[in-house]
Amino acid sequence: MRSLIDIVDLSTDELDELIGVAMDIIEHPAKYSESCKGKKLATLFFEPSTRTRLSFEAAMYELGGNVLSVTGGATSSVAKGESVADTAKTVSCYADIIAMRHPKEGAALVAANNASIPVINAGDGGHCHPTQTLADLLTIFREKGHFDNLTVGFCGDLKFGRTVHSLINALSRYSGVRFVLISPEELKLPSYVKNETLKKYHLPYVQTTDLEGAIPSLDILYMTRVQRERFFNEEDYLRLRDTYILTPDKLRQAKQDLCIMHPLPRVNEISVSIDDDPRACYFKQVLNGKYMRMALILKLLKEAQA
Amino acid sequence: MNIDSIQNGIVIDHITAGRGMELYDLLHLDSLDVSIAIIKNVSSGKMGKKDIIKIDADIPVDLDVIGYVDPNATINIIRDGVLAEKKSLSLPERLVNVLKCKNPRCISSCEQELDQIFKLTDKEHKQYRCIYCETKAN
Repeated sequence: MRSLIDIVDLSTDELDELIGVAMDIIEHPAKYSESCKGKKLATLFFEPSTRTRLSFEAAMYELGGNVLSVTGGATSSVAKGESVADTAKTVSCYADIIAMRHPKEGAALVAANNASIPVINAGDGGHCHPTQTLADLLTIFREKGHFDNLTVGFCGDLKFGRTVHSLINALSRYSGVRFVLISPEELKLPSYVKNETLKKYHLPYVQTTDLEGAIPSLDILYMTRVQRERFFNEEDYLRLRDTYILTPDKLRQAKQDLCIMHPLPRVNEISVSIDDDPRACYFKQVLNGKYMRMALILKLLKEAQA
Repeated sequence: MNIDSIQNGIVIDHITAGRGMELYDLLHLDSLDVSIAIIKNVSSGKMGKKDIIKIDADIPVDLDVIGYVDPNATINIIRDGVLAEKKSLSLPERLVNVLKCKNPRCISSCEQELDQIFKLTDKEHKQYRCIYCETKAN
């Protein structure tokens, strides 16, 4: 049974195919309004989420399907000690496809190994969040029209930021992409991501702590939140959380067609005064996420039926 | 030092000196009700010193475990007192319940029934990662 746990589960052709379907959904929504009629999506969210769960549910409704929802472990059998494996087997009896978020890394893989229906990883702790990457890719494609030869800056928490790792992996498949990694020393991109992606494929990258110095060269600026829940030590979080705050002043030297992205939620790393700047694309990412989730649900259900 | 030859069983030879006990533990040989000899620091023309494990029973041993701990070790299967089969080893692609993930955020750290599975991600550096959270072994 085909599931999506990590963005590496999708080939470059499949990424392009999903983007193609999403673009078609955007242009011809009525064509897809009954594509999942009679199908049920179970959204199992054992960790707080607003946009991802709503995005999955909106995606399924717009495909004409229905949604069964579990939010928060406290009200589910998980609170009684049920394993992820048993939960996946049980939900497989009710639904046609699962979208799951869980605080433990690898939980989605365990669910996929035990479910008899496709499982979509909607975030497993700090590990993977592949549908955010799909949203990011569609946003870049719609804003730039291509992926090749872009200079992409990632800023903030590059150590724990799962969206950063996945997007670097996805973009590394396209030619001529350059990476600028902007972070405090303590939150630098982990060496395994550098070794197994950037260095392995000989991709050009620079590491810096200087956001303003890096901005002029960028086509894409991907800001991230320093996530309190990823720290064992509150003092470290408080010290690092406000390292980078993007303000209109810092954007003076930026390209006119810069695309500013953020996986959201933001705390204060992007000033709200930038929201009306045409270069701000982070709310477009939210909408694009829904279209890509629609395309993904269609693909996995189709493959499950084959 | 003399250790009697075995009639039917397994000799794990050319173990890097000092690793015999580690293999003994990881292969759970203590749970077997058969004669087992661990010979440490045996003189070896090729290795200088080596360890040897002799198991006086033809039982299945987990070659993946031996391949992980010491891929240069050799496995000799003895039947009727003579060498019947020689097995060479390589680094296994997957290790099941050999290593334990140390990441407290990993699902395998809180769901005790889950198998601890690691995959080989870098053969050159003998690097294994947890399949659930991708944390490096060791």
